[in-house]
Amino acid sequence: MALDRATVERIAALARIEIAGEEADALAAELGAILGWVETLNEVDTADVAPMTSVGGHSLPWRRDVVDDGGYPDRILTNAPDTAGAFFAVPKVVE
Amino acid sequence: MRRLGLADIRAGLARGEFSAVELVEDRLVALEAAEALNAIVTLMPERALDAARAADRRRAAGEPALPLDGVPIAVKDLFCTECVRTTASSAMLESFVPPYESTVTANLTAAGAALAAKTNLDEFAMGSSTATSRFGPTTNPWKAKGDQRPRAPGGSSGGSAALVAASVLPAGLGTDTGGSIRQPAAFCGIVGLKPTYGRCSRWGIVAFASSLDQAGPMTRNVRDAAILLAAMAGHDPKDSTSAREPVPDFEAALGSGVKNLRIGVPLEYRVDGMPDALDVLWREGARWLAEAGAEIVDISLPHTPYALPTYYIIAPAEASSNLARYDGVRYGLRAPARAIEEQYAHTRRAGFGAEVRRRVLIGTYVLSAGYYDAYYTKAQRVRRLIAGDFEQAFGKIDAVLTPTAPTAAFPLGEKMDDPIAMYLNDIFTVPASLAGLPAISVPAGLDHTGLPLGLQLIGRPFDEATVLRAAKALEAAAGFDAEPEFVR
Amino acid sequence: MSALIEGQQGPWEYAIGLEVHAQVASAAKLFSGAPTAFGADPNTQVSLVDAAMPGMLPVINQACIEQAVLTGLGFGGTIACHSIFDRKNYFYPDLPQGYQISQYTQPIVSGGAIAIPERTVRITRLHLEQDAGKSIHDRDPDRTLIDLNRAGVALMEIVTEPDLRSPDEAAEFLTRLRALLRWLGTCDGNMQEGSLRCDANVSVRRPGAVLGTRTEIKNLNSIRFLREAIDVEGRRQVEIIEAGGGIEQETRLFDPDRGETRAMRTKEDAHDYRYFPDPDLLPLELDGAFIDGIRAVMPELPEARRRRFVKDLGLSDYDAGLLTAERARADYFESAAMGRDTKQTANWVTGELLGRLNKEGLEIEAAPIPAAELGELIDLVADGTLSGRMGREVFEAMWNTRRPAATIVEERGLKQISDTGALESLVDELLTREADKAFEYRAGKTKLLGFFVGQVMKATSGKANPKTVNELLRAKLET
Ligand SMILES: [Mg+2]
Ligand SMILES: [Zn+2]
Repeated sequence: MALDRATVERIAALARIEIAGEEADALAAELGAILGWVETLNEVDTADVAPMTSVGGHSLPWRRDVVDDGGYPDRILTNAPDTAGAFFAVPKVVE
Repeated sequence: MRRLGLADIRAGLARGEFSAVELVEDRLVALEAAEALNAIVTLMPERALDAARAADRRRAAGEPALPLDGVPIAVKDLFCTECVRTTASSAMLESFVPPYESTVTANLTAAGAALAAKTNLDEFAMGSSTATSRFGPTTNPWKAKGDQRPRAPGGSSGGSAALVAASVLPAGLGTDTGGSIRQPAAFCGIVGLKPTYGRCSRWGIVAFASSLDQAGPMTRNVRDAAILLAAMAGHDPKDSTSAREPVPDFEAALGSGVKNLRIGVPLEYRVDGMPDALDVLWREGARWLAEAGAEIVDISLPHTPYALPTYYIIAPAEASSNLARYDGVRYGLRAPARAIEEQYAHTRRAGFGAEVRRRVLIGTYVLSAGYYDAYYTKAQRVRRLIAGDFEQAFGKIDAVLTPTAPTAAFPLGEKMDDPIAMYLNDIFTVPASLAGLPAISVPAGLDHTGLPLGLQLIGRPFDEATVLRAAKALEAAAGFDAEPEFVR
Repeated sequence: MSALIEGQQGPWEYAIGLEVHAQVASAAKLFSGAPTAFGADPNTQVSLVDAAMPGMLPVINQACIEQAVLTGLGFGGTIACHSIFDRKNYFYPDLPQGYQISQYTQPIVSGGAIAIPERTVRITRLHLEQDAGKSIHDRDPDRTLIDLNRAGVALMEIVTEPDLRSPDEAAEFLTRLRALLRWLGTCDGNMQEGSLRCDANVSVRRPGAVLGTRTEIKNLNSIRFLREAIDVEGRRQVEIIEAGGGIEQETRLFDPDRGETRAMRTKEDAHDYRYFPDPDLLPLELDGAFIDGIRAVMPELPEARRRRFVKDLGLSDYDAGLLTAERARADYFESAAMGRDTKQTANWVTGELLGRLNKEGLEIEAAPIPAAELGELIDLVADGTLSGRMGREVFEAMWNTRRPAATIVEERGLKQISDTGALESLVDELLTREADKAFEYRAGKTKLLGFFVGQVMKATSGKANPKTVNELLRAKLET
């Protein structure tokens, strides 16, 4: 499966990872090779097979509706690269 | 004290041969001396000594000993440890200090263990060599005869594997997504167990691929793996995928032998280019188990060849989403920028290494509009077929015997420029991961260059007891007592 | 606002669908134990899970599942025995995980409908999802500030088919949906605090033609804005189409100050959300017994109650509609009407009480007169102790003093005089004094009855029972 440069750039933009100009071509070849390899799955007939979404045999466990967490803004903010008061801060976002 | 395992420490402390503090101090010196392996990301001497002192205090007060009293343990730097930085060997988390403790490390601490070092791994556990680490590659303590090139310890739990193999620490914690406990265990000549998915809590472990990640023990013998697993395992209400299965006495199960166990040997695991030594060892392993009373059965797991491609769709897909939280907003690296979009792109470029970026991109691609069904849904369907193969096989057998890895430890730096060649390391370990099954690697022999080789046993869901029993029989028959050059 | 837009080249019809985000009434968040209360200090209602710290995992809140099922049953939807939580992947600084846990291909509720006067509006689906945090753009000159208190709060996203045909219908639908949610107690419906938010998908077409291209107007936080935004957006679209242009499918924001919508600065690629089942969660399985258990505790729904009020309690359609617009209203009415005349009670509740509440801008929960005490007042009027006018006076005093009717009647000596003996002498006195007028009455000028009644009422400071006075006067004048 050959990937073109534009596709690589689109995917990188979706993933929010900057790629430098020349890098896109190298990545296109590399990712293309991996995708070509995984396409061997097309040999398998899966017409009547349901996708396997989870491994666990048990059902989704539920929590009771009680407040037993939160109330520690210091722990939430302790690793923050930038804060303003008790807020996280990021460069201005324009909507 | 370097040769002491978990059971030995338990006995030695009980007999008063040494104190927990003496043992931990001794091992902390050994950790400092093991610098050449580059296996350690962060040392935790205070934390380890506090635990040892508490263990000695309990003993002095006549209180009953805890199962892991005084046991110094290597912790893969993927487990969050409160007030000790947790990096996932990534520049992204180089200075991240979690204000919380993972369930597994909390369980071990509650069992008396002295967590002594955070160990090196492939960045975000993505790799089979521990060479994609931000902190540089870990070195395997083993070398080939007449070949001084340093060897890869395997990965991603290579730091824990190297420290245990070098007899620096008696046990280590690893995580296994597609083979990241078992393959380094095989490369380093130790025991590594990936429990059933859901057996150990994932809470507080930096996520790679949520439907596959599982924590497990890495030790020098099977008994120690049983002891460590019992302390790690158990239901955790904070992890929705944690199983509500009782945790049996794994150590007690070891005594049962393998009489009347039926062991399956899958023909699909005999792959092209497999070294002769490995093929011979595999046959020998089957013979050992037969001699111990097991019945050997040829089985077929027909979808085995598709396991690796399936894994390399599902794991990157989940990873691309799991790693979206590393955006430079709340913690971790932030690359300066004037606009938020620029900040994202620069942060994630600077914070992630090449292999992580590669997998995030692959994962993003296979989930993206127009490709989702062709890749992701297809892989999920094949995953069900692979799980179904095992389910069918377990109708007539109790465990599967295979090699753990297709080769012995390769020289450091090899395969780094060929992702697919690197991915092939996990060819034998990935099927059990996809099916969520327990699997162990046991050191069973050396190849012609003197490098260790491992055999893998795969069991039914939540039947680690049988896997450990069979592993114990293999271990006894193999009589593996070689030590790496690093120790000699 | 008329249903059709009159363009230069003829009439155009709206096709409107709504996407409503209703905050689930729950103490804790959808996947964590942090609280949901409004207005707390920044980042105080945030757990490690909500902040998406490495290694944190979601565990679902049972109450949120129950509220979603109850809501689904409330509008006649089908509850899924098997539903899936998916990740919707996108980057935004107030979205800590880099994805929203939502439901995509298999929501918890499908189908259902809510009737408005003009038509039955089909509901496509209801699904559970996490709210994001809050971005504050206007507090710092060059930074956006992030508060994660809302992050992870449970939302029900309720999506309709494009069945609505005018801004008024959209407003009416949202009003009814809000009332239903409040009726069921699954969402407090508070639009100012953001507990209920609405996106509108708007398109126009020639009446009866196929659907046109739609735009999505985001984050309408009042029913008035919903109506205004749809109105201006429809006109904008008609203008463009009539000028020969095409509508671009896009997301727009409504600016209430300028009375216009404008396109959001969102990149096109942001719409590739890469949904996939969240591997941290297993499928949500609900068995019949669980769903039946919720159905069993479901309150009588507004429509059924309205019909019962008409059929069994003899109320007019209008009163029954008014009294079942809110569950608290209906409860108040039924409790006040217990053991007494339902029509009388309905008059008091819809007249005096709702009028007064409306004037003060209060919800019925805040009424200073409890239902039982209003009932006592109604009894005093019914048994003749108070005249209607006196009753209203007592009502006013009850409202202001929060004291029961009997006390007020006692204190103010407001008892109506119904004693025939006492009134008879007053009447006799009056007819003697006004013998001329009595003569005129007897000669046929019966309109003078009002005058005589008025005189007696005046003499008793309004306390005379007008019915008794009437009867007495007639008896005396017509013999
Ligand atoms: Mg929407
Ligand atoms: Zn939504």
